[in-house]
Formats: sequence, C-alpha cells, structure tokens
Amino acid sequence: MNNFLKVAIFSLLMVGAFAGYSNFGIPQIEPAPPPVEEKLDLGAMTMDQFVALGDKIFHGKGTCTLCHNEMGRAPMLDKIGTVAHERLGDPRYQGEATNVEEYLHESFVKPSAFVVAGFGKSGTNDTESPMPDVSGGGIGMSDAEIAAVIAYLQDISGSDITVSIPTDVPEEGGDEESEGGGRAPLESAEAIIAEFGCGACHKVAGETGEMGPDLTHIGALRGKDHLRRALLDPNAEISEGFMEGMMPDTYGTQLSGKELEMLVDYLAGLK
Amino acid sequence: MQKRNSRIILGALFIAVFALFLLPSLIPGFDASLALADETAVTSDVDTVADANAVTYAPAPKLTAADYPSIPGVNSRVVVWLAAQLHLWFGAFVLAVPIFVFIIEAIGMATRDQRYDNMAYEFIKVSITAYSLTAILGGLLAFSLILFYPDLFTYLSTIFKGSMFAYALLFFAESAVLYIYYYGWHWLQGGFKKWVHLTLGLLLNATGAMLMFLANAWTTFMMSPAGVDAAGVFGGDTWAAIHNFLWNPLNIHRMIANVAYGGSIVGAYAAFKFLSARSKEQRAHYDWMGYNANFIAIAALLPLPFAGYYLTAEMYAYSQQMGITLMGGVFAWIFIIQAVLIGALFLSANYYLWCGLGRSEGAHRYTPYMKYLAVVIVGAFLVWFTPHTLVLTNAELKSLGGPYHAILGPLGIMPAKNTAVNLLILFTFLSFMFYRRANKTATVSWAATGNAFQIALFTAGIINIFILGIYYGYFTNTVYKVAASIPQVMTTLVIIITSVVIDVFMYKGAKEVAPLHWGRSRVSARSQYALFLLAVSFTWLMGLMGYVRSGIRQHWHVINIFRDNSPDAFTPGLGYAANVISVGTIIFMSMVIFVFWLSTISSRKSTTAGYWKEQGT
Repeated sequence: MNNFLKVAIFSLLMVGAFAGYSNFGIPQIEPAPPPVEEKLDLGAMTMDQFVALGDKIFHGKGTCTLCHNEMGRAPMLDKIGTVAHERLGDPRYQGEATNVEEYLHESFVKPSAFVVAGFGKSGTNDTESPMPDVSGGGIGMSDAEIAAVIAYLQDISGSDITVSIPTDVPEEGGDEESEGGGRAPLESAEAIIAEFGCGACHKVAGETGEMGPDLTHIGALRGKDHLRRALLDPNAEISEGFMEGMMPDTYGTQLSGKELEMLVDYLAGLK
Repeated sequence: MQKRNSRIILGALFIAVFALFLLPSLIPGFDASLALADETAVTSDVDTVADANAVTYAPAPKLTAADYPSIPGVNSRVVVWLAAQLHLWFGAFVLAVPIFVFIIEAIGMATRDQRYDNMAYEFIKVSITAYSLTAILGGLLAFSLILFYPDLFTYLSTIFKGSMFAYALLFFAESAVLYIYYYGWHWLQGGFKKWVHLTLGLLLNATGAMLMFLANAWTTFMMSPAGVDAAGVFGGDTWAAIHNFLWNPLNIHRMIANVAYGGSIVGAYAAFKFLSARSKEQRAHYDWMGYNANFIAIAALLPLPFAGYYLTAEMYAYSQQMGITLMGGVFAWIFIIQAVLIGALFLSANYYLWCGLGRSEGAHRYTPYMKYLAVVIVGAFLVWFTPHTLVLTNAELKSLGGPYHAILGPLGIMPAKNTAVNLLILFTFLSFMFYRRANKTATVSWAATGNAFQIALFTAGIINIFILGIYYGYFTNTVYKVAASIPQVMTTLVIIITSVVIDVFMYKGAKEVAPLHWGRSRVSARSQYALFLLAVSFTWLMGLMGYVRSGIRQHWHVINIFRDNSPDAFTPGLGYAANVISVGTIIFMSMVIFVFWLSTISSRKSTTAGYWKEQGT
C-alpha cells in the first residue's frame, strides 16, 4: 500500500505539473469564436465604408493574414494593385483576366491561374497554388465580400479603386433566414394561414378557396400524422379530384418546427 | 478434450479469416444495397456517380443549436471528448501489446529461452482486462455520439455504414482470437502447437490493425473529407472516403505511437511490481521486464517524431490553412508543451538506461561518458522548448528591441528544433548502445576498426545535421529551410541502422566481462519512477495531441463541409483543454491501476480451512 500511495502521489504530481505549466507557464490564447454571418447593408455604404469592410474581412473571416504576412508563407499584398499589371503580362499567367480587378477576383477563386515564383505547392514547379478558393469551403466569402477585399487591396496599394459596390447581392445566409429567421415567428395558426395564403386554394379560417380540398372539417377525416406529411410532402398522396404539384412543397423549410406543429394542431381540431 | 480444443482453434481461425476476407467485399457492396433513397438530395458531381440509376445522397445537414440534444448539467462535448480519449488510450494499449507480445514470443521460440515466453504471457495477461474496458469505452463513445450529436452520427454512418458493420464483425473476430491466444497459451506449447499459437498472435495483430485502420478512416474523413462534393453529398464510393488524404499518415503515426505507448504502460506495470516485490527472484524478473518494456518504448519512440513530422507535412499538403492553424496559429503554443512532454519522455527513458548501468561492473567503463550525453540531451531539449515569439509588455518589447530575442529568437524556428530533435534521438540511441555493451567486450578481429568506423559515422553524421540545420535553415530561402529536414532525418536513420548492423556482427560471440545482475540493490527505486514518468507523460501527451488533432477542425464537424453549430462549436483554450486532459489522464491511470490489480489477484489464493464441508473419499 505504501508503494501504491507513493506511485499515486508521484503520478498526480506529474499530471499537476503538466496542467499547471499549461495554465500558468505559457500565454493563454483564447481561439476566436466561430464566425457569424453578418448582414451587409450595401445600399447605404460609402466607398470608404466598403474598403473598411474589406479590411475587416481580410483580417478576419477571409483568414488572408494567416499566410499573407511577413513570415514568407505567401506573397505580401501591399503592392498588389500595381504589380498585378506585370502578372497579367507574364508568360506563366494562365487566367482570363484583362484588368487588375478581374485578376484579383480570379486569384481569389482560381488561385492557380498565376502562382508567384517560390510560392507554389511543393513538387508542382509553381503551377499549383496552395491557396483555397475563398468563395467555397471553410472561408465561404460571397461576391460582395470578395469585391470589398479587392477594394481594400487596391486602396492599400495606392492604386485607383475600380470596384463598384454591388447593389443586387442576395442576403448572406439566405437559406437559413428563410427558415423562420428572416421574419418574426408567427404566433397563431390563423396568422400562418394568412401569411402563406392558404385560403387562396383552401376553404379554411374563413377563406373560401376552391382549388384545393375543403379543410373545414379536415380534423374529422385525417389524423395529425397525415396532416403533417401533407404539409411537408404534399405530393405524397393526392386527394381525389385534385392535381399533383399544385401545392408548394417548401413549407418544410419555410415554417419553423413550432409553427408547423401549431398548424397541424389547428387543422386536427377542425372537426 | 484435445479434440474439442482443436475444434475451438479451427473455429476461431475460420471466424478470423472469414472476417478478414469479408471486410473488403463488404465495404463497396453494402453501399449499393443500403444507399439512402432521398428524392430531394442534391445531385452529386462526384465522378464516381455516373450511372443515371445510382442513388443520390443528402448533403451535409445545416444545423442550429436546437438540433443538438442536451442534458441539464452535462457538457456534451466534454463527455464525448473524455469517452473518445479514454477509448483511444485503452485502444492504443490493447492494440500495441499483441504486437510486441508476438515479437517476444517469436524471440522465445527462436532462442528457446522460456523467460521470453513467460514475459510475453504476463504482458498479454495485463492487456486482457484492458480489452474489455476498451470495448466498454467504445460503446460509451458511440452512445454519447448518438445521444449528443445525432445528425453527425447519422451523416457519418450514411457514408461509412459498410465499414462500421465490418468493424463490428472484426471486433468479434478479434475477441475470439484474443481469448484463444490468451487462454490457450499454456496448452499450445512446444513443436507444431507453438507455431499454431504464434499464428494466432499474427492473426490477432492483423485484425487489431484493421480495426484501427477502419476507425482512423472515420476520424481522418472529418479532417480531410474525400468521396463527397463541396456540399457534403456522398458519391457512393466508400473506399474513396476511407482512403482520404490523411488516412495513411495517421495510420503510420498511430501504429508506431501505440507500440511506444504500450511499452510505457507495461513498463509502469513492471515498475510497480518491482517496487512491491518481496523476493530476489521477483525483483530480478520485474527488473528484466521493466528493461524490456523501456526498450520497446524507446525503439518506437525514436522513429515517432519522424512519423509525426510526416503527418504534419501531409496536413500542410492537404490544406495550407490547416497546417498554419496547427503550427503558426492558435495552436502554436501547444508545441512548446509538447516539447516539455517529449523532453520528459526522452529524459526519463535515458535516465532509466543510465541507472541500469549499475546492473553490471563491466559498465563502469562507460559511466563517465553519461554526463556528456546528459548535457547534449538536456541542451537539445532546451532548444526544442524555446518559443519563437514571446508574450511581452511594451516596456519589455522596447528593452528587447522587438518580439524576438537576439540569441534565443533563432532557436525558436523549425531548423533549430529539427537539429535538436535529431541530436536528441541520436544521443538516446548512443545511451542504448553504451548500455548494450555494458557487460561485454567484442572479440572479433576487426573490433577496433568497427569502433573507429562507428565513431567516424557519428561524427560525420552530426556535422551533416548541423550544416543542414544551420546553413540551409538560416542562410538560404524558405523552400530549403523546410526541405533540409528530410536529409537530416535520413542522416539520423543511416547512423542508427548502420550502427546496429555493425554492432550485431561485432558483438557476435562477445566475451562477457561481468554478468548483469537483474534486480540487484544498485537498481534504485528512482529508476522505477522514471518508468512511471514515461507512462504518465505519454498518456498526457496523447491527450494533448488528440485535442490538437481534433481542434484544428475548429467550428467544423467535417472540415469545410459540415459545420458545427452546437453551443460548444468554439475551440477551447489551452488551459481549459489541459484541465480536461488532466482529468482524463487521472481517470485512465486509475483504471490502469485497477487493471494491474486485477492481474495480481487472479493468482492469489486464500486458505479456507474449516469453511468447506469435508468430502468423503
């Protein structure tokens, strides 16, 4: 038992030493929280604000400075607005850009179109860039965000900003927003029916639509499971006398879970 | 009875072989039959899905925090983290032990020295209880994942269902072979039976390795997904998903690390038994066992940094972003802790060898050199441990003239660390060579020439390592800086392999100048604590590297494809991670001690005179 205690205390001291060193012996760096999609109000932006947005993306979401820094992992971009002209005329250039703005955009989404000597993937003789396509994968920059970074790079390299602020950009995270996040949650089944215009086709909640089945007493005919399925996948079973494909099959993504259940409960109660 | 046992053996062999052959046929086959029929799935653009009739798969789901079930008062991430890490620790141990048990048994067969056979049996005896715990912890991990991360589990099992089923079958096969291998040890002795037993050991290792490779595929898929498109739609080719970019680098790294880790754990077992021994014979036996365990740990520890370097280089090759996040981003400071832990491993392993010189009077010839070895090893450790940048106040920055110290700054970059680690490995090997020669003198006619050649080899190699590290590391451009590490590694390997070959021939028929006294009083208790330090450091180090490997995915379940939107999607800070790892290590060490204790009570007997009714004869 004596040896057992000695060994246990020795092991605990060792574990404590490693934990103590990790907590107090080295700087505690808290990793950045996961990026959150921000809504871009581009319509109200000045060019200075757009450049500032590019600066923020360049040093944040874009993770550009992870490689484009003074440690020599990737070329510095402080003069890219001026050297881009030379790149376009380089015999090794494989892209389709005709001006600096197009070149910069291309280098964001097709980085291997031109690889600066010494910065290619090893073994590729500078024909393949290690840089990812920033519009996809883990970075996922939108066209507007790419344009903002181009404006920022043109600004810091002292060249003219040729980028115009996009005006017809779809909202970021549109898919998620349509899942109930883009509008206030609806509080009652009647509000849902009004919001989604169910009464245009159905007799329900005081509406008198005739293109779809009459729902006045639907709760007496169908159970909750059937109603839920009819809302999520309306073409799974078509009532006699009605056509397939008439009812939208998008309510599964448009309604929140709570709204869907509220509507199912309401319809099941119509007896 | 013998006939029945033969049937058991043949049956086990049949099961294992059947499972081995079944595996490759299962993986592609099951996908076709069990493929997910989802009419709303996005059409895959993966090349493998060319057939118009092929079934399409759903993309990776986009989750919200509400999609992650929770239990009040339970941190789901920590539960999964600890379950996975404990499973991995035990898994590494039980997969490693049969590897060196097989080798030790084969050595025993070749030399007809029964001590090897007894030691191999004792090693496998220790691992047998750990095997059950590995399975229990694997179950806990699977349940935790299903409970707390159901969508992730569903997504992964949609892609890997074939290999998961094969995994379950292989687990049956491995259990069958393991139990027959262990319980049949004393029965399958001598002549052809011993060959049968050794074959079972080989089969046990084959099934164990395949189990690990399959599980590694699921892990590495999350880091370097393959066989899916940008939206995570599976193309139907399971082999592509298994054979992803980081699969083989991780397989190699884990295989070597498992052996080193297994050696360190059985070393701790031997040390504990040595300290508790009540007779000379027991002390001698466990001293010898501890030495062999330490030898196994060192033998696997020497190539381990190279395997780790290869894995990291492949991470860079797969994604420069991932590589930089690992080495130059928020995780960079991890590697300073790693240096401390690996330093502890090398120092404790060397210290144990130096203490072991006390076993023979013949070793006095070499004892004076040990202090020089210690200086080089500690120096190399300090270089490895030196950080590149320092966290300083403004006043300190001004006083220093920048974030880098004039002398220590250059020691913080990889060329210095590569040079240091190669020297660390070479001088550890040198410690072992001195120990190996402790009680012998070479009698071959060319002994002087052989020694001179070895000295020349070491000298030239060390100069080469320094030139590669200093000239190419500091006076040429970045490309050579990184590339120079390869010839450095090759130099170290050439020195080690050539020296071993020379030593084997030079010391064939060598004269014993003084016997080795296993378990003698000069073998101090301190040396046994070095073995405990080895086991604890290794366990903690594995936990730390597990955190890094998983952490570099950051806020992704499957990197760039399946985002983690759980409340715990953030990457935990180093201090927090260190605390979780420490708790895990304490739980693991407690369970290991329990396993050690179980292996001792099986042989104990209590006298029960007067308890049982006397039976008439």
